[in-house]
Formats: sequence, C-alpha cells, structure tokens
Amino acid sequence: MGNLQHRSQTTLRVNGKPHTLTVDHRRVLLDLLREDLDLTGAKKGCDHGQCGACTVLVDGRRVNSCLLFAVALDGCEVTTVEGLSGDGGGEEPHPLQRAFLERDAFQCGYCTPGQICSAAGVLAEAAAGHPSHVTDPAAPSGEPVPLDREEIRERLSGNLCRCGAYPRIAEAVEDVIP
Amino acid sequence: MTGSVGAPAERREGREKVSGTARYAGEFPSPGRAQAWPVPAGVARGRVTAVDTAAALAVPGVLAVLTHENAPRLAEPDDPTLALLQDARVPHRGWFVALVVAETLEAARAGAAAVRVAYATEEHDVTLTGSHPGVYVPEEANGGHPAVREQGDPDGAFDASAARVDVAYRVPPLHNHPMEPHTSTARWEDGRLSVHTSSQGTGAVRAVLAGLFGLPEERIVVTAEHVGGGFGSKGTPRPDVVLAAMAARETGRPVTVALPRRYLPAVVGHRAPTLHRLRLGAGADGRLASLTHEVTTHTSRIKEFVEQAAVPARVMYAAPHNRTVHRVAALDVPSPSWMRAPGEAPGMYALESALDELATELGMDPVELRVRNEPDVEPDSGRPFSSRHLVECLREGARRFGWAGRDPRPGVRREGPLLLGTGVAAATYPVMVGPSTATARALPDGSFLVRINATDIGTGARTVLAQVGADALGVPLERVRIEVGSTELPSAPLAGGSSGTASWGWAVHDACAGLARRLAGHAGPLPGQGLDHRADTTGAADAESDFARHAFGAHFAEVAVDTVTGEVRVGRLLGVYAAGRILNARTARSQFVGGMTMGLGMALTEGSTMDAAFGDFTESDLASYHVPVHADVAGIEAHWLDEEDSRLNPMGSKGIGEIGIVGTAAAIGNAVHHATGVRLRELPLTPDRVLTGLLDRRT
Ligand code: FES
Ligand code: FES
Repeated sequence: MGNLQHRSQTTLRVNGKPHTLTVDHRRVLLDLLREDLDLTGAKKGCDHGQCGACTVLVDGRRVNSCLLFAVALDGCEVTTVEGLSGDGGGEEPHPLQRAFLERDAFQCGYCTPGQICSAAGVLAEAAAGHPSHVTDPAAPSGEPVPLDREEIRERLSGNLCRCGAYPRIAEAVEDVIP
Repeated sequence: MTGSVGAPAERREGREKVSGTARYAGEFPSPGRAQAWPVPAGVARGRVTAVDTAAALAVPGVLAVLTHENAPRLAEPDDPTLALLQDARVPHRGWFVALVVAETLEAARAGAAAVRVAYATEEHDVTLTGSHPGVYVPEEANGGHPAVREQGDPDGAFDASAARVDVAYRVPPLHNHPMEPHTSTARWEDGRLSVHTSSQGTGAVRAVLAGLFGLPEERIVVTAEHVGGGFGSKGTPRPDVVLAAMAARETGRPVTVALPRRYLPAVVGHRAPTLHRLRLGAGADGRLASLTHEVTTHTSRIKEFVEQAAVPARVMYAAPHNRTVHRVAALDVPSPSWMRAPGEAPGMYALESALDELATELGMDPVELRVRNEPDVEPDSGRPFSSRHLVECLREGARRFGWAGRDPRPGVRREGPLLLGTGVAAATYPVMVGPSTATARALPDGSFLVRINATDIGTGARTVLAQVGADALGVPLERVRIEVGSTELPSAPLAGGSSGTASWGWAVHDACAGLARRLAGHAGPLPGQGLDHRADTTGAADAESDFARHAFGAHFAEVAVDTVTGEVRVGRLLGVYAAGRILNARTARSQFVGGMTMGLGMALTEGSTMDAAFGDFTESDLASYHVPVHADVAGIEAHWLDEEDSRLNPMGSKGIGEIGIVGTAAAIGNAVHHATGVRLRELPLTPDRVLTGLLDRRT
C-alpha cells in the first residue's frame, strides 16, 4: 500500500478527538476525513478548491479541505459538520444547523455541510473584525464587522449551491447572527 | 382530509443533511473497498492503437487497469454512451479509454496518470454552424416530438405582416454540474450485484445493468438514498455505474467510481448548443399572424439527441400560420442529453426574447402583447388546455413586481455608471406522468408505512409523498413513514421531466386510499404484520389525455448594467406560476427559486465552448464554468396561483422542478435591452459582450 518513504505519521484532533494516522503524503484532509475516519459530512464536489463543498474548520478557520495535505496538519484541531455542535454525538444541533432546517436552506444537501461550516467560519471572522470585499473601507479596523445580507452573500460566495438555495441560506445565517 | 397536502412540512431527511450523516453513493464504507479513476481519451476522434499499462500497474496500490482489451464484455447497450471499454473507437475527446483500480484514491489517480495510450487519430469536426453540410432534419426531437410542424402559409403571412421581427439567437452548450459528481459503488457477491449510485432513478439503472451483464434483475439491488442533484444528468445510468460494476467484477472487491469534476462535461451529457431563427409577423394590433421557430443543434456521432427547442412555440401563442423545425448535425462531440427543461429552457429564451423585440417594434407593452396572443386551444394540436393561467400569472406578476407605469423607452434610466431596466418573459413546461406502483401498510401500533422506489434528488419527494399518503389515509402526517430510493421497493419511474411527484404521488395516493378502504371494512385488531394494499397506476397514469396539459409562469427581472465594466447585476427576479396544486409550500418554493437561479446562470454566467482545435469543452471545471454564487443572487421571489385542475392526477399537481429556469434568461435579457437599448442575442450576457454592445451602440 504505497511506498513507506512517502508516508508519515500525523496526529490531529478531529471534533475534539485525537487521531494518529500514518498518511500518504498525497492524502488531502478531505480524503483523510472521508476515507480514513469515515466522516463523510465533508463533501467532495470538485477536489480543486472550486466549490466549497469540502469546507471544514481548521483551528477555527474555514478551509477547503481538498486543498490541504493532511501530513502538514500535524497538531491541528479540525472541526467538521459532524462536530460542529460540540456535543460529540450531534444530538443537539448547532444553531446554524437548526436555522438551515427551519429555512429549508438546501435541497439535495450536498453543499450543505460546506455551507454550514463556512457560515460558522464567517461568523467568527466577522466577529474578529476581518473585512471582506464589500466591507466599507472606512469601517474601523479590528472592530467586529456587522453582517448584513450583502456581507453574508459575499463571504459565502466560495460555497456553490447548484440547487440554488442561496436566498434561504443567507436568511438562515442572518437568523443566527448574535 | 387532514390537510397535510399543501402544508410547508419540513424535509424528512433534513436533519441528516444538516448534520452530515446523510450518506451519498460514495459514502458507504465497506471492507476492502477499492477506488477507481478513469482515463479520458486525449484525441477527438480516432482509435486506440495501444495501451501501455506497465507503468500504471507498477504504481504501489494499483490493483488492475481495465482497457478495451481486457475489460469484461458487455451486451450491447441501447445507450451507446454505456458501451465502455468495449472497442478501440474514440468517438470524442474525453471518452473513457481505461480505468485504473487501486487501494486508494491517490494510487488510482497516480495509476491513471501513468497509463500510456497511443492513438491513430482522424480529422475531427466539432464546430456547429447553421450552414454545416452535415445538418439534417431528424425523425423526431427529444421527447418524441415531430421535428417539423407547419400550419398555413408562414412565409406568405410573414411577408404580409405590418410588424415583423426576423432574428437569430444562440444558446451555448451548458453543463448540469450537480454538486455531487456522478458516483457509484458496486459490489459482487455470489453472483449478485449491489450498487449505491447517484441517480435520478434506480429502476432504470438496474434494468440497464441487467442487460449489460446478462443478469436477471432479481440479482441486482440498486439504491440511491440521497442524491446530490442531477438536473437531468443522472436521468439514466451514466458511465460511473457501469465502470464500477465492471471493476468490482474484475477485482472481486467493492469499487467506488467517483468521476472527477472536470471529466463530467464529456461523459454525462450536456445541453447542446442551439442556433435559433425566429420570424414573427403581427398586425398593428399585436396579433401574431405568423410564427416560425427554426432550431439547429448538434449531437454526437454515436447517439442522436435533438434538443427540442422549437417545441414550446407549438404551445405558447395563437398564430394561424406557423412553422417549427429542428435540424441537427452529428459531430465529433460528446453526447448531449437532458439538462433541466430540455427544449423549453433554450427555446423559450429565444421565443420570449423575440416576442420582446416584437413588442418594441409595435410600441406595445410586452405583457399586453402576450395577453393579446393568448390561444383558446393548444395551437399545434387544437386540444383544449386542461388549465392555462398564463395571463393570470402575467397580471399577478406585474402587480407584485410593480410593472404598471413602466417607461418603455430603452436606455434612459441612469444612476451614475449604471443603466437600469426591467423585463418580462413567459414560461411553460409540459405535464408528464408515468405509471408507478406503491404499497401502503397499516401497522398495529397505528402507524403506516408507504413504500415506493421514488428518488429524492433534493426535491423533497419523501416529504411530499408522505403528505399525499397521509391525506389519502386521513391520518396525521407523523403517523406515515416512507421508504424510497431502492430497487427493493415497489417499482416506480425516475425523477425527471418534472414528472416524479405526479407519477409517484398517484401511486401513493391510490395505495393509501385503497388501504383506507380496506381498513374501513376491517373489524378487530390488525394482524401482527399489518394490513397491506398495493397500487399500480398502469393504464390510468399513462392514458392519453384529451387535454393539452402544461404548467405556465411569468418571470420579471430588474437589472443594473454597469456601463464601465459591462457587468449585469440582477437586483430582483420574480416568478409567478400556475402549476396546479402545490403540494408542499416550503419545498416547492425551493424548487422554483432553484430553477430561477439556474436560469440566472444561463443568462449571465454559464457558457461552454467547443474548442475547435482540441475538440473538447474549454470550460470543463467549476473555475471556468461559472454557476451562480451567493453574490449573484440578490432577491429571488417565487409565487404561485391556486390553480385547480381535475384532469391531471388525484393530487391535481403539475411538475415544478423545471419551469423555474424556463423564462428566466429571456426576462433578464429583455431587462438588459430595456436598460441599455442594446439587444444581445447570444448567451451568456458576459461583460465583454455587454461592453461591445454598448460601444457599437455609441458609434
Ligand atoms: S471539493 Fe474542495 S472546494 Fe470543491
Ligand atoms: S443543496 Fe444541492 S447543491 Fe446546495
């Protein structure tokens, strides 16, 4: 199963649990989650950073997990849609998950975990004062950025939804803005 | 009646989808599962002369390389695109010429990259033009529509008309690109084949596999519990499932084939490009005397598929003299297939744009022009409509949109660098329905179980069918469970042609109504295994109707065109539909809005190009083929009329999955004309085209 020289031991925490694996250097985080850990919530839509279906949080920031080599994530904390609610079992959904349900913010559901993880990342980024392309350049830097519709749409534009659930997704995110 | 139907019931599988536990076709772990990666042909036409697999087989982890020389022999399929690895012929670039099976995705991909294929190439021709010498008139277009229809003297009537429009439109190739790429997992055990596949209908998948592998259907189980969209491209089996079954048989392992995104355009079907010529002749009162819609399109060398884009012109408007024609050229291109509203989407773009041009020509309001040409019966067939509320959709849409008092002059509303405009277009989609079976069971605990091999590709079929069942049983929705998505269930047709809910719902209704009757006649407690009733709508659902049955709609768009960048932004998009009874307000809205979003993409961003030199689609991935993103979608609203129609099915519903895309591109294009005074007749309306149009207008 591959040349040992091209494999390394990596430890990462996924949804709060440590995992030590010997990974193929070519393995991306998305495939590690899906194939090695059977966490198939993160989806593969393109494998090339073009669709956002594979979005998860690494150390609290959203990433396209298809673009990250797993071997480079030693010591990282990964949160997937399965672990978003933080209760381990996923019995009590995250407010975003509840809002997506209530708004019918999906159809086929294939982009949905990525949209939800991305939205979780957006909320944190805005709270931390990260500006986006549509943020008023005159806004004070370092202050939380208020998330209006336009901000939400801009910041979620890396997450494609071919079912066209966009309006409902934006509403769902609005619902959970503190 | 307990009134479940129509209620905005929450999706039954919603929790699984938002929590990430809903499993799609490639997500069923099974011990020893291998992964496979296809090798696409690197030439546009020719033959494979040699495949060198040595380097691929030397890649650690590679288990096998299938080529036309060693792959299992298949019986000849009805669909030639499924005759995979059976001979050396390369009918188009991207056709699969080998499949590498390996322990891991990485090894499979590396193996595929190491396969060396030699070809004897032949001259190819992939460029469609209206005057292509290979253009012919086919027997029929997709859907069994006659290629040509003619009434009266369309040329003479056109020449004699006071107002005339003679225009050409072009719609480029378009790609379905569901978010879940086509994926299948297959496993053979004791001569039985089980498959998880991403498909719009597992019944057809099973039938095709049975034929290809010479197996009785009873030895095959195909499931598609969750499907990440299809939009037509998963309507029938595509190469992934055949390759997975072959590879699993060859290696004795479960095998997953998940097609890489950029391979999809060449192998899963696409919307063929259409060249349109429209000739409309009307009197000064706006009444059409003559309507001609001629369409030229392409198909592949191996399969004739003719986008039926002139068909909506046979339905929409009363024109005593009319002609509709389809022509096609077989080129060295990938095989086209269904994409959301085949025929209607490109056809209505052209027809509704031309109608807008006629309104301008006449100096008449485009809503009024459509109202004035409302037919009493279906123009082509002469049959009465089972229901037709296009005028009401237009009026209601105009009211909600604020159309009244619109200044018709183009190019006069300026806000800084922006030009603003509004546009309207009509939409139509036929009612289709097919026979289906279903069972309903009453259980001693007071619950009910409905079983049917419907497929929920994101439409909310599970939920809606449970609603239909609950009402037919006269019980609350919570007491009805439903199973869908497996060939182990009573057989049912695919999710396609906006026919799923009508076809399945009919069978579910009949099964549940029949069970309710049985229960009414039943005394005492139920037996332990419950009480069953089975329904089969054959003979009823497929009976010829004396009526022309179509859904109708009206789309309104407001755009801002940036005169500096050429960018078109759609500020508002509003649709009003008359589509029979709406069975679930929540999921229906999502379907309409989803269709309109795809129409917005068709109007502004989506377009593929056949590269003449290489013979493949230049825009083959999601970085180059631009589907709409969040930032493109500002305000989309969908509304519907309460339409009653007793000539459809027991629910009184029409399909709603496709009509949303139908008039959207025309409404946006018409709004761009209203904003700028520039009439662009080729989609998509990208900044380069808009800027060129604005410049031409100035000079
Ligand atoms: S799968 Fe990672 S961005 Fe598409
Ligand atoms: S819900 Fe299907 S792609 Fe977003």
